This record gives sequence, C-alpha cells and structure tokens, in this order.
Amino acid sequence: MFDLVSGALRASLVTFALCGFAYPLAVTALGQWLMPFQANGSLVMDARGTVLGSELIGQQWNDPQWFHGRPSATTDADPNDATRTIPAPYNAASSGASNLGPTSKELEDRLLGAWKALDDAEPEATKNMLPADMLTASASGLDPDISPASAFLQVNRVAKARGVTPDGVSALVKRRITPRTFGVFGEPRVNVLQLNLALDREFPMR
Amino acid sequence: MTLTGWAEIALTLALVGLFAWPLGQHIAAVFSGRRTLLTPMVGPLERGLYRLSGVESDEEQDWFSYTLSMIIFTAGCFLALYAIQRLQGVLPFNPGGQDAVPPDLAFNTAISFITNANWQAYAGETTMSHFTQMVGLTTNNFLDTAVAMALAIGLTRAFVRQDCATIGNFWIDLTRSILYVLLPLSILVALLFVFLGVPQTLRGSIEATTLEGARQTIALGPVASQEAIKLLGTNGGGFFNANSAHPYENPSALSNVLESWSQLVLPVAMVFAFGRMVGERRQGYSLLAVMTVILLASVLTLYHAEAIGNPLLTDIGVDPVGGNLEGKDLRFGQAGAAMFAVATTGTGTGAANATFDSMTPVGGLVALLNLLMGCIAPGGAGTGLYSMLVLAILAVFIGGLMVGRTPEYLGKKIEAREMKFVMLSVLLGPALVLVFSAVSVSLKVAVDSLGNAGPHGFSEIVYAYASTAADNGSSFGGLAANTPWFNATTGVVMLLGRLAGVIPIMALAGSLAAKKKLGRSEGTFPTDGTLFVFLLLGVALIVTLLQFFPVIALGPMAEHFLMGSGRTF
Repeated sequence: MFDLVSGALRASLVTFALCGFAYPLAVTALGQWLMPFQANGSLVMDARGTVLGSELIGQQWNDPQWFHGRPSATTDADPNDATRTIPAPYNAASSGASNLGPTSKELEDRLLGAWKALDDAEPEATKNMLPADMLTASASGLDPDISPASAFLQVNRVAKARGVTPDGVSALVKRRITPRTFGVFGEPRVNVLQLNLALDREFPMR
Repeated sequence: MTLTGWAEIALTLALVGLFAWPLGQHIAAVFSGRRTLLTPMVGPLERGLYRLSGVESDEEQDWFSYTLSMIIFTAGCFLALYAIQRLQGVLPFNPGGQDAVPPDLAFNTAISFITNANWQAYAGETTMSHFTQMVGLTTNNFLDTAVAMALAIGLTRAFVRQDCATIGNFWIDLTRSILYVLLPLSILVALLFVFLGVPQTLRGSIEATTLEGARQTIALGPVASQEAIKLLGTNGGGFFNANSAHPYENPSALSNVLESWSQLVLPVAMVFAFGRMVGERRQGYSLLAVMTVILLASVLTLYHAEAIGNPLLTDIGVDPVGGNLEGKDLRFGQAGAAMFAVATTGTGTGAANATFDSMTPVGGLVALLNLLMGCIAPGGAGTGLYSMLVLAILAVFIGGLMVGRTPEYLGKKIEAREMKFVMLSVLLGPALVLVFSAVSVSLKVAVDSLGNAGPHGFSEIVYAYASTAADNGSSFGGLAANTPWFNATTGVVMLLGRLAGVIPIMALAGSLAAKKKLGRSEGTFPTDGTLFVFLLLGVALIVTLLQFFPVIALGPMAEHFLMGSGRTF
C-alpha cells in the first residue's frame, strides 16, 4: 500500500511537470517564435503602435458613421454592488451569452425592443425581414462578424453620416466579405473592425 | 439546411475516419507493447519515468489492484488541483491577480477535472490564474483522459486473455497513453490552433483603445495548449467562460472543423484499436456502426431544428433564413454549430461553440438524449469504448434470453455475475439524474438558480444532472450553477458517475479475464453483423427512452408544442 502511494506520488509529480509546465511552455515558445501575431492575440494597431483591438474580438460601436456589430449579452460587475452584474456589451474580459431559451418572455421583449429602436432610427431598414444576426446575441458576446445582409442594411446610415454616396460604401462592403472557407466551411461574413478600418481609410470623416 | 452545410458535416466526419484508422493502429501497438514510430524518441523518457516512480515494466495487476491504483491516483490529482486553486493567489503566473477560488467552487472544479466531466461552474478568465489553467487544469485534462484510456484498454485485454488473473498494469497504461498518444497529438493540434489564431502567451490581458475612443480589456493567455487537450481528451473545460464560442478559443470556420475533429478522432480510434487488439476488426466496426447511426441521426435532427429557427423570432420580423442565431456566433454557421454540438454531447467533451440553453426545444433534446444515453456516440476517449462494451454485453444477454441460450460475447460466457456488474453500471446514471433532479426541482435554493421559466427551466435542471452523471460537462448555461447547492450536488454526481460507474466495469473485466475463451460454434450469436448492430442500437435507445420518457415529455417536448402555439414564459 505504501509503495503504491509513494509510487503514485512520484509518478504524479513527473507528469504534472511534463503536462503542466513542459508542454504549455514549449507550445508558448514555439508559438511566440513562429507565429507571434496569432500567439499574441491577432492585435490590430494604428501607425503609432496603439492597440485598437483584436481582429478576432468584436467591439461595441455606437456612432452612426461606423458599421455596428451584433447585440452582445456580456456583463460586468456592478460598481455599486459587487454581487450583481450590469450589461456591458463586448466585455472581452468576461465572455458570455444571454442563455435565454426559445420560449423566454425576456428574449421576446429584448428582440421587440431592439426592433423598435431600429425602426425609429432607420425606418427604411425594417421594411423587410431583418437578418437574424442583427437582433440576436452571439454565444461568446464577442462575435467579430456580421452577415453581409446586415452590413448592406447599414450602408445608407454610414454613407449619410460620412457625407458620401452609398454606392462607394456598398462596393467597399462587397470587397470585405469573407467567403466560406474552401467554399464549404462556415458562413459568408464581414469582420466589423476590419470593415470600419477600411472605411476610415477610404472615406475619412471630414 | 443547405447542401454546403451537409457537405461541411460530411467532410468533417470523413476527416475523422481518415485519421482515426491509423491512430487506432498506433494505439493498439502502443498498448500491446509493440514498437511504434515514436518508440525511439519516447522510449527513453518512458523508462526514465518508470525508474522514478518505481514501476516494474513487466509487472501485471489484477483488476482490484488496477482499480485501486486508479483510485489512489485520482485522489492525488484531486488534492493537488484543489490545493492549486486555493493557493493560486500566492503562486506564480498570475498576471490577472486572481484570488483563491472559493472552497465550494474549488471542490466542484477539482472533481470536474479529475472525472473528465469538466463541468464549468467557473468562469475561466475571471476566476483562474494562468498557473491554475496550465498546471492545474491542463495537466488534469491529460491525466483523466489517460485514466479513461487505461481503463478501456484494461477491459479490452479481458476479452483477449483467458484463465488469466491480471488485466495489465495501470501505471504503464497511464504513462503510455500520455507519452505515446496524448502529448504528441496535443503538441501538433495546439500549434495548428495557434496558426489559426488561438493565442498562446503568458500575458494576462491587453488594453485596447477602440476607434470610438472607448477602452476594451481583452483577456488572453496560454489558450492553445489547453484548447488542444481539452478537445482531444474529450474534456471540455474552457479557458474562457464562453468556451469554444470565444473567438480566442475558436477563431474561424476552419478552427471549428479542427475542434469537431479533435473531439471525435480519439474515441473512434479507440474502437478501431479494440477491434485490432481482440483480433477481430469486424467486432470494432459493428460497435462503430452503432455509434455512427446515433451520431448521424443526432446531427440530422439538431441541424434541421436549428436551421428552421424559432417562430417567435419570425413573428417579430427576423428572417428565418439564418436559423436560430440567438446564442450562436456567425462564423461557424448552423451546420458548424450542429456538428460541434453533436460531437461534444456524443463524446464526453461537453464543450460548446453555441449555447445549448438557447437552442430550439428539439435541438436541446438531441443534446440531452446524447447525455442520457451515457455519451456513447462515439463517447469519450476511453469512456466511449467501455460504455459501449457494457451495452454490447447487455445486448447479447437480451438476445440470449430471446433464443434461450447462454449469451457469449467474444467467446466469453456472460453469466449472472457479469450481468450484475453490467446492471450496476447501467442503472447508476438514471438513478443519479432522476433522484437529484427530483430533489432539486422541489428545493427553493435550487429553483432560484434557474435562468428560464416554464418547461425550459425544468430542462435546465435535468440537463445539469444528466451532464454531470455522464461526466460530459456541457450545460444549459442559464442555470446559475456556481452556488453551494449545485457545486456540492453536481460534484457528488460527477464523482459517483465516474467512480461508481467504473468500479463494476473493472470488476467485470477481472471476471471476464479469468474465463475461458470459447470457440465459435453453430449456436454462437454473431456480434459482428447487421443483426447485432440493430440489436445493440435498439438496446441503447430503448433502455434510455424507458428510463427517461417522462422527463423528456415534461421538459423539451412540452416546450416544443408550447413554442409552436406562441406561448412564452
């Protein structure tokens, strides 16, 4: 019995060292050496080296001159009461989803509210059925993409805010669509941060 | 549903088959002690490890010492992981300055990671330091998978041997699983993940300033190394709270294919290895056929249900063409989400690239049924094989009753003693799920945790216990599970689900190894043909449905019809 336990202990120590230190640190070293951009989070920087975000992580957009991402259900601790949480969309330090079920009244109310807000701001957009990603929240709360349909619906607002013609903005969106990988995997989508960066280069705010 | 969606699912499964075949060959060689491609590199390391731990490489154990070694080892891992979490505040690699994990959560998480359940009551990025993630969680992802593989191999040997008191050596099987299978595969897959965009750094977080001038704190860390073994070992505990939906865990459509592949490849390879080790590959194929039918039926139903979407959303003015997108990230598409959901509930992984809680009632039901069947399509790495073998013995027993012969499986007579062990293992899951669900729905302290009302709330509780009893770990995340009640009860259920499920199986192995191996005769019921595949499939489905039909009717089925009538809660 004692042999069994002491053998187990020594075996565990070595495997902890192998799997818990050697393996992750070796992958870190190789990743940092061979693929530093990805290993450090695919960060996007401006000319002065300020980090603007990550091309993989969605951000909250409020102003009309930008394309907006999907609704996000992430939260943050309430500064007044640490035991409660408050909505904090695109909180990349605490990912999460709404977890509302298909027959949830709360989900129905949230969607109706979002639809009405959109109807007030852009009555043109709500004339047709809306693409699902425009009203639903993602699983991570950090979805960096929107559907092409959702991007095209925002073209008029963005063009107006920037004082340019919708045609040019629309053409830009078309160029920024990521197709299915190898024509099969995933869905066509537009990365919002990349699109907004390209937008600022081509149609800068005056 | 689209044709490209089906092509994506078909290609993913084809890739699994393509790699699982040679991997199965490799695994069979490793556990039979034959030379493999890796022997020149790994052999010296292996011998060094045995010297350090005092293991004699030719020493064999009977089922009792084998199981006892497993229990002592698992207990040691539990203590180590509990201690690491409680001490993380003073340990290194803690750039986020995380405090000690509270006792009930540390207890739950430690059990969750030693049982391969990886029930995620914790939120990775806000609770765990890098030290805990790497040394605690990543290591245990290796160890509990290696334990499960060892047990499956021990049971496989019982069919190979006759008149034999021993079933192998636990320490050797454990070490070989890690050195020859899990570590080399994980290194390759982790590097592929980094290539596809998964971070691997020791930094804690990055401060970004958005184009609008707002601040965004982005949590990162050594994600890729954990992601690889989390999926390959069918563990499922995420680095981040959102698990495989988080863009840093699963950045693209391509990484998503790799994630589904990683979960399925080892369990399938274990079945191929089983066929090779017992010397009749067709025996492995018939088990795999049953797994494949269940997996295909699941993915067909789930994809269909999610692609139709939620009528509630269509009424509000949402185009149903995108399907049910609440709780799904866009890049995977409905097909990628369905493939992942079935891969993760059919195995023991329990990761998530979409929230199960927000799926349609039928989609959620498919996931729940996979758990209630005990995660056998194709099951966890190791656990899938031994769970399916237990069902196969039950099937030949029922077949034997129907024709009035003493049942045999692979030349081993199945008698009263073996059936007692099988029934203990089969009945344990339902007992845990039903008893704990029934107690929880009648307690205010449990019902207060619900994230949804109506039948969906009931499903949340049942799902929690189904997931922990099957040591899967996926969840209906709306349930606030980080409470003393749920941390304690799901912890106990995970432990019983694993240990009390495994002990009878190892006793079964001991009993089988001691028997003579009978040759095939006229009266032998063939267990490698279509007839047996249907019998086994029938047993798996009927056993599950008989036990759980009332629960399914009260939860997902009731919700499905209420959703159709436009009712909300």
